[in-house]
Amino acid sequence: MNPVNYLYLAALLFTIGAAGVLIRRNAIVVFMCVELMLNACNLAFVAFSRMHGNLDGQIFAFFTMVVAAAEVVVGLAIIVSVFRARHSASVDDASLMKL
Amino acid sequence: MENLIALLVGAPLLGAAVLLCGGRRLDKTGHWIGTLLAAVSFAIGLALFVDMLGKSADDRALHQRLYTWIPVEGFQADIAFQLDQLSMTFVLLISGVGTLIHVYSIGYMEHDERRRRFFGYLNLFVAAMLLLVLADNYLLLYFGWEGVGLASYLLIGFWQHKPSAATAAKKAFLVNRVGDMGLSIAIMIMFTTFGTFAFGPVLGAAGEASEGTLTAIGLMLLLAACGKSAQVPLQSWLGDAMEGPTPVSALIHAATMVTAGVYLIVRSADIFNAAPDAQTVVVVVGAVTLLFGAIVGCAKDDIKKALAGSTMSQIGYMILAAGLGPIGYVFAIMHLVTHGFFKAGLFLGAGSVMHGMNDEVDMRRYGGLRKYMPVTFVTFGLGYLAIIGFPGLSGFFSKDMIIEAAFAKGGTQGWILGSVTLLGAAITAYYMTRVMLMTFFGEKRWQADAEGHEPHPHESPKSMTIPMILLAFGSVFAGGIFGVGDRFVHWLEPVTGYAHGHPPISAAAVTSATVAVMVIGVGVAYLQYGRRPVPVVAPRGSLLTRAARRDLLQDDFNHAVFVRGGTHLTRSLVYVDHSLVDGVVNGTAASVGGLSGRLRKLQNGYARSYAVSMFGGTAVLIAATLLMRAV
Amino acid sequence: MSFPLLTVTAAVPAVGAILTAAVPAARRTAAKWLALLVSLATLVLAAVVFVRFEPGGERYQLTESHSWIKDFGVRYELGVDGIGVALIALTALLIPFIVLAGWHDADQEASSKRWRPTQGFFALILMVEAMVILSFEATDVFLFYVLFEAMLIPMYFLIGGFGDRAHAGSDENAAAQRSYAAVKFLLYNLVGGLIMLAAVIGLYVVAGNFSLTEIAEARANGTLDMATNTERLLFLGFFFAFAVKAPLWPLHTWLPNAMGEATAPVAVLITAVVDKVGTFAMLRFCLGLFPEASQWATPAIIVLALISIVYGALVAVGQRDIKRLVAYASISHFGFIILGIFAMTSQGQSGATLYMVNHGISTAALMLVAGFLISRRGSRLIADYGGVQKVAPVLAGTFLIGGLATLSLPGLAPFVSEFLVLVGTYARYPVAGVIATTGIVLAALYTLVLYQRTMTGPVKEEVRSLPDLRARELAVAVPLIAVLIFLGVFPKPLTDVVNPAVRHTMSDVQQTDPQPAIQTVEAAK
Repeated sequence: MNPVNYLYLAALLFTIGAAGVLIRRNAIVVFMCVELMLNACNLAFVAFSRMHGNLDGQIFAFFTMVVAAAEVVVGLAIIVSVFRARHSASVDDASLMKL
Repeated sequence: MENLIALLVGAPLLGAAVLLCGGRRLDKTGHWIGTLLAAVSFAIGLALFVDMLGKSADDRALHQRLYTWIPVEGFQADIAFQLDQLSMTFVLLISGVGTLIHVYSIGYMEHDERRRRFFGYLNLFVAAMLLLVLADNYLLLYFGWEGVGLASYLLIGFWQHKPSAATAAKKAFLVNRVGDMGLSIAIMIMFTTFGTFAFGPVLGAAGEASEGTLTAIGLMLLLAACGKSAQVPLQSWLGDAMEGPTPVSALIHAATMVTAGVYLIVRSADIFNAAPDAQTVVVVVGAVTLLFGAIVGCAKDDIKKALAGSTMSQIGYMILAAGLGPIGYVFAIMHLVTHGFFKAGLFLGAGSVMHGMNDEVDMRRYGGLRKYMPVTFVTFGLGYLAIIGFPGLSGFFSKDMIIEAAFAKGGTQGWILGSVTLLGAAITAYYMTRVMLMTFFGEKRWQADAEGHEPHPHESPKSMTIPMILLAFGSVFAGGIFGVGDRFVHWLEPVTGYAHGHPPISAAAVTSATVAVMVIGVGVAYLQYGRRPVPVVAPRGSLLTRAARRDLLQDDFNHAVFVRGGTHLTRSLVYVDHSLVDGVVNGTAASVGGLSGRLRKLQNGYARSYAVSMFGGTAVLIAATLLMRAV
Repeated sequence: MSFPLLTVTAAVPAVGAILTAAVPAARRTAAKWLALLVSLATLVLAAVVFVRFEPGGERYQLTESHSWIKDFGVRYELGVDGIGVALIALTALLIPFIVLAGWHDADQEASSKRWRPTQGFFALILMVEAMVILSFEATDVFLFYVLFEAMLIPMYFLIGGFGDRAHAGSDENAAAQRSYAAVKFLLYNLVGGLIMLAAVIGLYVVAGNFSLTEIAEARANGTLDMATNTERLLFLGFFFAFAVKAPLWPLHTWLPNAMGEATAPVAVLITAVVDKVGTFAMLRFCLGLFPEASQWATPAIIVLALISIVYGALVAVGQRDIKRLVAYASISHFGFIILGIFAMTSQGQSGATLYMVNHGISTAALMLVAGFLISRRGSRLIADYGGVQKVAPVLAGTFLIGGLATLSLPGLAPFVSEFLVLVGTYARYPVAGVIATTGIVLAALYTLVLYQRTMTGPVKEEVRSLPDLRARELAVAVPLIAVLIFLGVFPKPLTDVVNPAVRHTMSDVQQTDPQPAIQTVEAAK
């Protein structure tokens, strides 16, 4: 199978993720969409690794997974604490940092 | 002997320092210290004079160099003195009359709690004035020049609690500063032309410079002289300066400081000789002021202001003579010295009258004072006869010489100048007779003042009358001593040069004309003020009289043009500074603030809109990269 | 290695500042005495520098050089020429008087429990002194730049944190005015500094190092060529910063605000000490590094300087606030200094250097006495005074002498310098010389108007009970006046030091004095 098709899939997933980040208001969903974008990148990395015949891309994919895992830990914690404080998981409600 | 020169200046300077820094503990003795140090200066002056007389005419000049004042690349200003016949004349006049006036002030200022300070200022003045005439270069002369200006400022404003005195002092200083500007520009031109401003080299090389340069220097020196000597157009301060205590008016604003302009011109004779255009301007200024001062003097009812007008006019004579060149220099100085005696005497007499009249200055409230103050009357009368040029008295000799020299200028100019000086002599006789008659003759016209104090005219104490008597001697005999046998001419000739002028009419004719116009002036005044009682309230008078009372509208002109114009200018500049210059700055700050306020709106706090801008930015970046690659 | 005298001279006040700041809150008086002692010690050190400096010797003396930031060739390089020595002496001389005059200025804020205001006040003054002295010593452009900017920080706190108590209006209004003045001071000078930073970097790019001496030498012997436009741009970058600091019209508007709102001693610190860094740097850096560009810009700068002279004096006449009046007078005087520098004659530049020193002393005398007056009556407005000389003759007398120095009366120091500047200017630019001369009339106008309105006339009811100068205040006024008189009649000690430095600067810009038209016998000697 042509590895380019994986790239198309990655692009599609990335677009879906991006659209989700832009459109959805629920913080959890936004968060999942961010994960989707990260995984789309992983897919692209792996596909490139295959195409170029070296392991760099796969190593990057692992790094991304580790970073994503760490991010989930911190991100979810923030979302939960915001939810506790404001009884809402909407990202639009958390606009207090503007002047 | 030359080492003594610095002491001439040093003694009164020491007095000023001691008196001004000494504080209250010197209140009891201050006036004696001041008088003593002025007298010391006079004594040294006399010793130097005797020494100088013993030498031959050509090596009478002494020099003393103390140290280099301002040593800068290509610029050498020394503290150095030069004592020649011209300086010597001034030294004796300044320290002599100065000492007398110190003595007079002991009595005059007796009841003033700040008498010590007054003597400190007087000493400062004497020191600065001596520095002015002893300097051997123009910059040091400028030092003295401004120094006397400062002393004059302090003394005019001595009674500072009177706003009029404070204003007069400020005015005198400011008008003088305009003149000083002339002197400093003159020094600058000298420096760029000759590379120095010491008298010797500058005057020695004056002939080599272009006439344009010399004319410029001459005119700038004249501007300086106009300021210091109260000549048109910078004369307006002198009348107001009469706010100062009367001894000050006598010493500074009659006998010495105001004649500094004449000294400056005579000292710079070599420059003026080579710049005929500048000389013409000098003569014109002198002639105009001569008449101006005389006319003003006719209209004033304030005895001191009448005398101030007269001073202006007499200095006009001197400036005119100095502008005539070598035929006039000597007589300018001679008139200066005789004027120093009789005008100081007249002022001291006026002060004595005021002393006895509760400081009343309005001559319309005097009258018949000769019975009450005989000594003042006699000394004042002798000064009066001297100034109107009564034959045999000092003013007669010196003024007659100037009138002769004016005629000797030759051509139409000579006739015009001669007539002007004659006319001036007539007016002088008129206004001085008016002063004399209004003050000492006629009925008593004084009244009780608002608080019910009626003046009790009385003769002044000895400390005041003795200086007046001595000055009266000078007024009577100085002219004869100087004039007979041309002694004064021979004395000054080595310094100023002398050319004998030949008037188109005989000297005897000039003299008889002088006497004739004097008699006419006296006669007219007698008809007006001697035969009829003097009204206590001044009559309205003709247009000219009214203008003359207001100093021929010069103050109104100054006020309208310089004061009001200047006020508007500064106000608008303050506005410009605040609104325009600072406005631009604050405007820039405000517009930066406004811009950032608008940019701030982009930060709306919605995570999603930040995400949009991120994605948008990324997209643009990628597009740009691709585009670049494609190109 | 020889004893690092220059470093020590600057380090003593810096260390003193830290020690002063560390004095416990309760020991206010101890902090004051410590600050005074430190400033006197600095004065002694400055005197040593003055004596050790040999006028006939090398151009830069007592030099020190250490590597600082190796990668960029930045060095900690010190050295003084005659101009620097004179200005270090001025700074060290004035600080003790500023400390003494400001003895009680920071006492009032002590009631607020924020921090230790008295300690802070004197520590900041000493800090400024240290930086100013070091900037007069720096011969490394980058080091100079750092100091030039760093001294803004303590100055900002001095202006903003310790306002003049005598303010017409409410306290809140006063605080707002004060912080406006402080921010304006900071921003104005930062903008200048930023542009200078660009020029400093540009200079590094062109020259490859920051050493003033090396660059100047390379320029002189032709190994370093700058394109005409590059040189001009760099010159403008430097000059802009210095013209803000000096300040030159039309970049002057921060000064009246800053001087008006600050306490009198801080106002003296601004105009008599810190601003001198600007004019000093014009002489040392603008002329030294960019001789050709300097000549190119001379006509424009002379015009601006003339505007400063006349405009500053005229606006001063129209002021209603004593301190703002002195500020505008200073703007006029800075015009004279800049005129002298750019007249490019020995007399003009010697005069300008002397002017810096003399203006510092005369303004200090006038402003500090004015501060004593203001602190008595609690108002800065001229109209609130009248007849003071009757109740406080010594105060009025010292004020008058300060004023007379400001109007350049012969016999007082500023006359010497002003006259040199005028003569030096006239020799090359006669018209400019004549226009500048009008400044002497205008100076008399604003000084005497100020004196007349405050000191003479009938005694106002509110000033009737003003006390005369106290011992501490006399200790400030009398020595300053003594120095003014001494330098007025005998400026030789100063000119001896300054003349050789000016000769070097003149050769930097490859200028010789215009020769007089006629060689007289004496001039030829």
